[in-house]
Amino acid sequence: MNKLGIIISKEYLTRVRNKKFILTTLLTPLGFLVFFFVIFLLMSNESDKVYRVVISDQSHTEIKMPDNSSKFSFLKSDDALDSLKAKCRRGEVDAILVLPNFAGVEVRNYTAYYYSDKTLDIEMESKLSNYLESSLRNYKMKLLSIDKDQLDKVDTRISIDPEPISDTTADRSEYTSKIATMLGGVMGYVIFFIIFLYGASVMRSVTDEKINRIVEVVISSVSPTELMLGKIIGVGLVGLTQLLIWFVLIPVVYFIGIKMSGIDLNDLQKLATQIPQDQMNKAEEIQFVMREIMHLNWYKILAVFILYFLGGYFIYAAMFAGIGAAVGDDLNESQSLTMFVSVPILLGMYAMFSCIREPDSGLAMFSSLFPLWSPIIMPALIPFDMPWWRLGLSLVLLFVFAYFIIFIAGRIFRTGILMYGKKATAREILRWMFTKS
Amino acid sequence: MSYLLELDSVHKQYKSVIAVNQLSLNVPPSCIFGLLGPNGAGKTSLIRIITGITRPDSGSIRFMGKPMNSDMYSLIGYMPEERGLYKKMTVGEQLIYLCRLKGYSKEQAEASVRHWLEKFEIVSWWSKKIEELSKGMSQKVQFIATVAHKPRLIILDEPFSGLDPINTNLIKDEILQLKNEGASILFSTHRMEQVEELCEEIVLVNKGTNVLHGPVTQIRQQYRENLYEISLDRPANHDDALGFEIVSSDSNLIRVRLQNGQSTNELISNLIHKGYHLQGFKEVLPTFNDIFIKTVNESSHE
Repeated sequence: MNKLGIIISKEYLTRVRNKKFILTTLLTPLGFLVFFFVIFLLMSNESDKVYRVVISDQSHTEIKMPDNSSKFSFLKSDDALDSLKAKCRRGEVDAILVLPNFAGVEVRNYTAYYYSDKTLDIEMESKLSNYLESSLRNYKMKLLSIDKDQLDKVDTRISIDPEPISDTTADRSEYTSKIATMLGGVMGYVIFFIIFLYGASVMRSVTDEKINRIVEVVISSVSPTELMLGKIIGVGLVGLTQLLIWFVLIPVVYFIGIKMSGIDLNDLQKLATQIPQDQMNKAEEIQFVMREIMHLNWYKILAVFILYFLGGYFIYAAMFAGIGAAVGDDLNESQSLTMFVSVPILLGMYAMFSCIREPDSGLAMFSSLFPLWSPIIMPALIPFDMPWWRLGLSLVLLFVFAYFIIFIAGRIFRTGILMYGKKATAREILRWMFTKS
Repeated sequence: MSYLLELDSVHKQYKSVIAVNQLSLNVPPSCIFGLLGPNGAGKTSLIRIITGITRPDSGSIRFMGKPMNSDMYSLIGYMPEERGLYKKMTVGEQLIYLCRLKGYSKEQAEASVRHWLEKFEIVSWWSKKIEELSKGMSQKVQFIATVAHKPRLIILDEPFSGLDPINTNLIKDEILQLKNEGASILFSTHRMEQVEELCEEIVLVNKGTNVLHGPVTQIRQQYRENLYEISLDRPANHDDALGFEIVSSDSNLIRVRLQNGQSTNELISNLIHKGYHLQGFKEVLPTFNDIFIKTVNESSHE
């Protein structure tokens, strides 16, 4: 194995075997799972207590009683309010709902009274108001002799389908751009996150080695460029490993979690089928979206994602490595130089938000070619159809620039790694960039 | 005689500072060679050039009779003054790693590292992390890292700093043994008594220039001041000096400097004549401390 290989495997193995790495890699999906379950538990927290509500109906609307549920039980009573209140006090019922007279079709606002010493919780309130709203609606329809079918016919579902004019552009459905925006945003964000996290890790590794002086022993054996590349590639592989593990682990953990917790998938389906009638076409919409997602060119998206990940990672990790070598022992000083990396990458992030809203804008064109931004922008734009020439040009620029940056960072690294005591000034760093060894 | 390492007019300049100035020097094989010089004299720059960490602006370096090339750096072992090891890595892992960077295969590296750990009776540290070791302990590990790949030239920068007398002796013995096995040791230190004790040859560098070099015994001869120490049976009376310069006297012990034309025999017979019984007589050679200070001061004023 050549020396670069030895460095890569050392950087990789020491990180991967590190307890902290193993814990974060394994616990992050579990953490998500725990989070998911806590939310589930909070949402489904139901007391066993049944609320008993007496309805005193004086509305004269032939109102039907609401259905009893596991949480609420309703009963009708014509008793006087005072005697009902007495029942409440004795604890026989929990609340009294008084429905005053309902004048007829012209009524736009209607107030019912809820008597109880307990607070009216949101669930109860929405349950009662939904019940009254639909009951009174039916009552009004009856008074106006409107047929329910007729009323349904009044509403029209609208969709605007974008169609291409030229033959080369693929036909998009109305969902394409929405999905593309979502997917693009997620991919751009993931790349941003990985580059920043692992790039910073390369920097830390370089400063560590510089501070504890082992670097002098190491570069009496290998060239500084080999050391720098070994670190960048080794740490990058750690990042890929972590992503891969999460990619496999997260679905597995979720599946096991769902099995073990005893949540029946049928229950979830039942929940879905309990969607009220007027929301039924939501389900239809989901089907549309699924079909659109299947239609995306996933191979292309994945290939682009990996290529830009590599290019972007090399550019930023090399910059981080150069900075790590240039700063002195004082870690605070590294922060001011880190700006040179974090500012472009953050601007790229903001540019991405604008680009996915307007993928055909001039800004999007520029950002998808500009090598400091294209690793974030291009994966975000790829679900929108991208002409091949633009993709190709962007990739060429990206890798040429990556090569250039590695070359420059190598020069900074070579000089900076042996400087102790003082921080290099920006001018010195500039000079290192342009002097041969 | 063919040298292990030959430096010819090596020059290195950083901005306006000349770190190494047209320096030539030869290190013979199987030799403990002292690299001396005041702080900032350019010793570290010189070592970095020899180890290939930096390149000289001009001049040539030959190693084992051939011009130095990048394959030869694996025959050099370097222990910098500022010690450093990977704190989070275990002793075994990092020794193998460093040894492999010098071109050993995994198996070779493991065998050699094990051999050295056994030699120092510290095999039990194999899976300890450096951060768990004391300073003296990690110093031993550092020494093994320097020599485990059987270098022909071993460069040690202040190898004994921070070591207790027992470990100092241990490392000293190893250095001598490595020398007997044919390696040369380039040994940089400020401790002149160690130079006298260990080094066969030295070079003294000041302001990047070779101001003094040669075999230790020869240099001490060269700097002899005709100073003799005589121990007598009774305190010496200065009136008995008879033209000899008594530099110092401490009860029965006197130091005499001979002038040109004066011989030791003259001195001895004179003392005997005065009725003294000589109990001891020896020449006082200058210490390296003196030579160091003298040479550096002289070369600094030039």
